[in-house]
Amino acid sequence: MALSTDSAMTSPVANPMIPVPWRVQKARRETRDTFTLTLRPANGEPLPAFAPGQFNMLYLFGVGEVAISISGDPADQENLVHTIRAVGTVTRPMQRLKRGAVLGVRGPFGSPWPVEEAEGNDVVIVAGGLGLAPLRPALYRLLAHRQQYGRIVLLYGARTPRDLLYQRSLDQWQTRSGIEVAYTVDAAAEDWRGNVGVVTTLISKARFDPVHTTAMICGPEVMMRYVIMELEKLGVTDENIFISMERNMKCAIGFCGHCQFGPTFVCKDGPVFRYDRIEPFFKLRGV
Amino acid sequence: MAEESNNLPSVTYTLEREHLHQLFDVLTGKGYRLLGPAVRDGAIVYDELTAPSDLPVGWTDEQDGGRYRLKKRADDAVFGFVVGPHSWKKFLHPPALRLWQLRREGDGFTVIQEEAESPKYAFIGVRACELHAIAIQDKVFLESKYIDPMYKIRREGCFIVAVNCGQAGGTCFCVSMNTGPRATSGFDLALTEAMEGERHYFVVEVGSPAGADALSEISHRESQADEETTAERIVADTARQMGREMDATGIKELLYRNYEHPRWNDVASRCLTCANCTMVCPTCFCATVEDVTDLAGDTAERWRKWDSCFTLDFSYVHGGSVRATTKDRYRQWMTHKLATWFDQFGSSGCVGCGRCITWCPVAIDITEEVRAIRETESKKDSAGD
Amino acid sequence: METLERLIEEHPFCHGMEKGYLELLVGCASNARFDAGQYVFRQGEEANHFYLVRHGKVAIEIHAQERGAIILQTVGEGDVIGWSWLVPPHRWMFDARAVEQTRAIALDGECLRRKCEEDHNLGYELLKRFAYLMAKRMEAARLQLINIHGPLD
Repeated sequence: MALSTDSAMTSPVANPMIPVPWRVQKARRETRDTFTLTLRPANGEPLPAFAPGQFNMLYLFGVGEVAISISGDPADQENLVHTIRAVGTVTRPMQRLKRGAVLGVRGPFGSPWPVEEAEGNDVVIVAGGLGLAPLRPALYRLLAHRQQYGRIVLLYGARTPRDLLYQRSLDQWQTRSGIEVAYTVDAAAEDWRGNVGVVTTLISKARFDPVHTTAMICGPEVMMRYVIMELEKLGVTDENIFISMERNMKCAIGFCGHCQFGPTFVCKDGPVFRYDRIEPFFKLRGV
Repeated sequence: MAEESNNLPSVTYTLEREHLHQLFDVLTGKGYRLLGPAVRDGAIVYDELTAPSDLPVGWTDEQDGGRYRLKKRADDAVFGFVVGPHSWKKFLHPPALRLWQLRREGDGFTVIQEEAESPKYAFIGVRACELHAIAIQDKVFLESKYIDPMYKIRREGCFIVAVNCGQAGGTCFCVSMNTGPRATSGFDLALTEAMEGERHYFVVEVGSPAGADALSEISHRESQADEETTAERIVADTARQMGREMDATGIKELLYRNYEHPRWNDVASRCLTCANCTMVCPTCFCATVEDVTDLAGDTAERWRKWDSCFTLDFSYVHGGSVRATTKDRYRQWMTHKLATWFDQFGSSGCVGCGRCITWCPVAIDITEEVRAIRETESKKDSAGD
Repeated sequence: METLERLIEEHPFCHGMEKGYLELLVGCASNARFDAGQYVFRQGEEANHFYLVRHGKVAIEIHAQERGAIILQTVGEGDVIGWSWLVPPHRWMFDARAVEQTRAIALDGECLRRKCEEDHNLGYELLKRFAYLMAKRMEAARLQLINIHGPLD
């Protein structure tokens, strides 16, 4: 039987399946295996505005496509900033792109960090490794509306000092009044003046009011698990903890099934989840 | 329209077997591409049809766990079999489909515009469980946050001739899933095949204006009371013949409570992770994408191809697969069908067609797996009394 | 002594400790200051103290001939350095080096061991606190072991 579908139900993205050409405005090496691309529309065709925490699908002509979180300032919608780890068949050649090169972009997709809901609260941001990239837009938003929040704490862990992302920004944020920044590494040589140890060790030392805190966490799942335990121990409730999940994302629009996580699709129900809503599944293995 | 036809229509019509070809002619005349069951390589599959003689006339199928055989019938029934390895998703959500083509232009690229025209499919012989499966995939591709234009264009132009099952297969359990054997909605025309002595006819229900329109061009008359009664009896008999049974009460909660259960290890020791169950399942929709270029590298294409949650690659994120063991992957598939699907799409992902049981090379039986888990719970309960 | 008592009482390690035990601790305590680069102790030396860090930063490290010093962990304000004083053979297992100027309260381990032997309740009180500390350190070490901040290559 024929079916008529309501055309009002179409998505906010014009055709969410087709990449739109964007041009590399700036390519910058971050660490030995990460780099940041700043993109602008190649033919004036903009994408819908993104919210902190969302991601795009970046396409390298003929090679393939990868899901990459947006790591730029949400107040600047003209430039799309992505920090990418060169690990696969698509991201390795992407690392060699120079200014002027063209990429395909689809997006933005996914759920945002609760930056507005967090107003009035203290905000604790905990990042592990590349997990700082999807949290940076949230941090920009918090800083732009600094007076709307209580204390803001950024805790960040990386493997070694040379794996620390955005180190210049970290130091700037650290000296900026009203935001507490602490970062740590897993291992370091003698000349390192910073902290050594896992990111969880920073939590109990940070100053915030656990009862009125919104926590935003992004990093490997195991890191998030231990961070959540530490926050819960201090009295932060699960409704106030938000985590960004990573799963294999191919279509980004809920059709391909790859990013299923229990009853959710990470691409459209996530990647940012309120912890209490996925807690039973987050605690299971192999889901 | 679909909702209204939930109640038995007050008027049914009778189409004589000898006039069945008119339905084919009328639909062909309206520009439809006719698709339906046909015998190929020892199985009944879905393929192009031109006339009723292309249908598996006089054939039936015998099905059991890991077993499927065609057998000659003693009569000339046109629809005297159940469902085979194919489902209609092969037309609506094709196994391999080009999503787009891009042409390199300067240092950028442009989209090669392709004509998007409805293929105008007429599905002949869609079973009640399959109507439910199509409705379930509609939810995935048309009623979620995004709409799949490729599915939409195939689905919108569809004409569906349903067939109420005159017999149940050895692995059928539509009655348990409340999806059959009677087609209640989602069709343009629904047929019940009846053979009484020398008489061979179809009792026809109309499910849509398009169905009424097509029927008006075919020789038919209002059914007599005894013909209606016969049709009712045939479907009622089928409902009593189900080869399998699954207690679906509280199934979502049952499986949510039993993510950790020894039965998952047990089934994992038998499962070959061959992905057959996902390929034959009429609701499984997972796919992967492949990006390719021509040899010159000037044209790039993206293809969508069926994929399966039984492969390791499926859940791969940098560093490894999330569902690394057979246990993880079988549990993912079964709990998706019977539990998480409810949360995602508001219904079960299983329609009780039995294909996953028939086509499993080691005869894993989803109804048996559910029963095993349920039984340990009822044992625990009675132990607590 | 007044000040030392207050400093000990306020240190997280001593939170909730009975007054009498605090007094015993004060009896074994002294102020300590380490300049940046100065070693608090070195591996193999006799371990007769532990330190309640008041502020600053100390690196716990291992010196490997060919790789130089490898920092295993840094500790700072509110942390404790050292439990080798408690466990035979009472020798430091690692180096501890002040990364920046660090102030701490040094507790005399010999003195405390003696008092713990005399008063097992005190011994239990201290062991509970050290057991917690050691469990936290071990948890952190295990998490470091698996590179929780990023996937392995």
